[in-house]
Amino acid sequence: MRKAIVIGGSSGIGEALVRKLAERGWRVAAVARRIGPTSELKREFPDSVLPYQHDVRCYDEIPELFQLITRDLEGLDLFVYCAGVMPTVGPREYSFEKDREIAEVNFVGAMAWLDQAAIRFDGVGHGSIVAIGSVAGDRGRAAQPAYNAGKAGLATFMEALRNRLARKGVNVVTIKPGPVRTPMTEGLDLPGAMPVDKAADKSWRRSTRPASTISARYTG
Amino acid sequence: MSLLPPERIERVCGFGMASCADGYVVRPASVDELEEAVREAVRAHRKIVLRGAGRSYGDAAIGAERVVIECTRMNRILSWDPDAGLLEAEAGVTIEQMWRHCLPDGFWPPVVSGTMFPTLAGALAMNIHGKNSFAAGVLGEHAEWIDVWFPASGLQRLTPEDELFSEVIGSAGLLGTILRACIRMKRVPSGDLRVRPTLCGNWDEQFDAFRKFESDADYMVSWIDCFAKGRSFGRGLFHAAWYETDESAKRDSLQPAHQDLPSSILGVVPKSLVWHGLRALNNRSDMRLLNAAKHHSARLPGGKEYRQSLVAFSFLLDYVPNWRMAYAPHGFIQYQSFVPKLRAAEIFAQQIEMQQERKLEAFLGVLKRHRPDRFLFSHGVDGYSLALDLKITPHNRDRIFQLAHEMNDLVLSAGGRFYLAKDSTLRPQDFRASIGPQSLAKYRRLKDTLDPDHLLTSSLAQRLEID
Ligand SMILES: Cc1cc2nc3c(=O)[nH]c(=O)nc-3n(C[C@H](O)[C@H](O)[C@H](O)COP(=O)(O)OP(=O)(O)OC[C@H]3O[C@@H](n4cnc5c(N)ncnc54)[C@H](O)[C@@H]3O)c2cc1C
Ligand SMILES: NC(=O)c1ccc[n+]([C@@H]2O[C@H](COP(=O)([O-])OP(=O)(O)OC[C@H]3O[C@@H](n4cnc5c(N)ncnc54)[C@H](OP(=O)(O)O)[C@@H]3O)[C@@H](O)[C@H]2O)c1
Repeated sequence: MRKAIVIGGSSGIGEALVRKLAERGWRVAAVARRIGPTSELKREFPDSVLPYQHDVRCYDEIPELFQLITRDLEGLDLFVYCAGVMPTVGPREYSFEKDREIAEVNFVGAMAWLDQAAIRFDGVGHGSIVAIGSVAGDRGRAAQPAYNAGKAGLATFMEALRNRLARKGVNVVTIKPGPVRTPMTEGLDLPGAMPVDKAADKSWRRSTRPASTISARYTG
Repeated sequence: MSLLPPERIERVCGFGMASCADGYVVRPASVDELEEAVREAVRAHRKIVLRGAGRSYGDAAIGAERVVIECTRMNRILSWDPDAGLLEAEAGVTIEQMWRHCLPDGFWPPVVSGTMFPTLAGALAMNIHGKNSFAAGVLGEHAEWIDVWFPASGLQRLTPEDELFSEVIGSAGLLGTILRACIRMKRVPSGDLRVRPTLCGNWDEQFDAFRKFESDADYMVSWIDCFAKGRSFGRGLFHAAWYETDESAKRDSLQPAHQDLPSSILGVVPKSLVWHGLRALNNRSDMRLLNAAKHHSARLPGGKEYRQSLVAFSFLLDYVPNWRMAYAPHGFIQYQSFVPKLRAAEIFAQQIEMQQERKLEAFLGVLKRHRPDRFLFSHGVDGYSLALDLKITPHNRDRIFQLAHEMNDLVLSAGGRFYLAKDSTLRPQDFRASIGPQSLAKYRRLKDTLDPDHLLTSSLAQRLEID
């Protein structure tokens, strides 16, 4: 049985990914602040889903939690960082508070988790690391400066991990979705947005393809 | 729960590479360091897997997310008394270290496996047998004492008079950690053997050869061509060997330099590269040819006796470093079953027929003669064992396991046994049936007393539900 961790498994793409993996016989740890939705997943897949409550900004918890989860899973084949926030930002709004949350959840917390995954996979010489970036990281646009920057930082960090770990037999994959219909984008006018299931499916397929050590970009 | 150093994590595999698990590996160099590793595991709420040189084929020395205590660095020879032939050594001393140390004084390990890389503790934990199994039994019969560290009670020295001695030896590292042992080495007249090959055309000739030589040979082993059918069914090449008593052999042959394996095969190909060639051949049709070629080439010397060093005879497989890589990336399993002599010919023939019907023939088959012993998890029977190397691929894996389960049923129906060092396929009920419910109940009582928190485990122990 293969094993995965999904950070941000309580909603949207992450939740769909947890479900997809569980349906395919994986054992999956679903990590997020809200325990309600992940417990619901556990009810749905009692033998496969393990819920953990955690805020990715509590950086100090991460090394121990990572070890606890891998112990409970009895191994690890796939690590997915899917946690992210995208608060609404007005066209003339410069809010450090919002920018900081974006940076901490989308980028700093990502590094804290990805470092743990990297240490482990470097040691064992197998496994896949996936981060959900975004096409929004390719350019700085007027609407979302911090979100753009955070996703750009994440993609560059992943590129560097890929350069370190590919030769060890580890896949390092950045998925860059275009608009996807999830709670994050609820209320936004997004014609042609991709259904969440499809986004999860694409992410999953990319993550387990051995040669996919490149950034995978897709839009609706 | 405390944290383990994350960079300790490693992929740890059985020798056959078909079972692997990631674990936190610690390599203590002393008993103090070993005890600290145990305390650290307890603080981190982790169970422990003991590991030697990792030469068990299956999952006996691996465990997912466990603390893996690898004893290879506790490798000092503590004392050697050539008058009494007694060797005291730490857990991680290898069979190779043992013979190198003692052979110049005219001694050889009383029991060796087909490779010289296993550790003393790993060999005792599995209670290994050699090609002299019919005469010398298992390694545990040649131990004067063992020092064992039990999770419940700490250090204890056990001698053959203690009941625990025969319960701990052979229990696959699940009752206590063997720290040191004293082995009665075998006095040998020289470092050479007189080897006599016999070409056997079928099963009957195989067993006739064993019966003919068992009263006086020092070693016996036979190779079986698992592809041969019809009149040649069960054909192969049998070897009997005797310690060479010819005085002219003695002095030089006891020197390690005389024993050392040549570094190239046919004088040309460096042996470190040979596995690449083997790998190219490692499929069913080439293996069929290779087995046939081996059979026919053996006809040439006409069954003449020859002289061979103890090392070359005993550790033939060590000639080709990394030979197992020929089975990469999915590996192989070894299936060895032990069947009482009256039923052995019939059961082994059925096993090979089943393989041939399913086109899942073993690439290598090895037949040996054994005798019973008093150890709790004994694999010894008054009979024979057949060891089969079966290649694993993603496509045949399920079918190989199905085949193994059906072969298990045959073995059990004949009152046979299995050997944990080689096992990958036993189910809990198979193991229970082979050692018997009484022995299993006794083991469970011992486990609860000696290791009450069930700290010592392995993937094998989990699979057989004896963890
Ligand atoms: C090519 C080849 C040929 C072989 N031929 C033979 C043969 O002819 N006859 C035969 O009997 N076997 C044979 N074997 C099997 C081998 O001898 C055994 O598996 C042996 O136990 C390997 O020793 P190890 O040091 O590698 O131990 P490992 O395989 O690492 O461990 C073996 C067991 O010992 C336990 N253990 C390790 N250290 C300790 C300790 N300090 N205290 C308590 N338990 C411990 C482990 O938990 C495990 O259960 C062969 C293996 C190979 C690869
Ligand atoms: N939707 C899109 O159009 C789109 C497009 C491109 C990329 N993406 C990216 O895809 C990822 C998933 O987005 P989504 O659309 O599925 O959004 P979503 O439905 O809002 O899900 C976000 C997930 O992140 C988790 N999360 C947020 N803050 C967290 C924190 N502090 N600690 C732990 N977990 C936290 C949430 O869990 P809790 O709230 O329970 O903590 C939730 O599980 C994000 O990285 C997003 O940037 C989305």
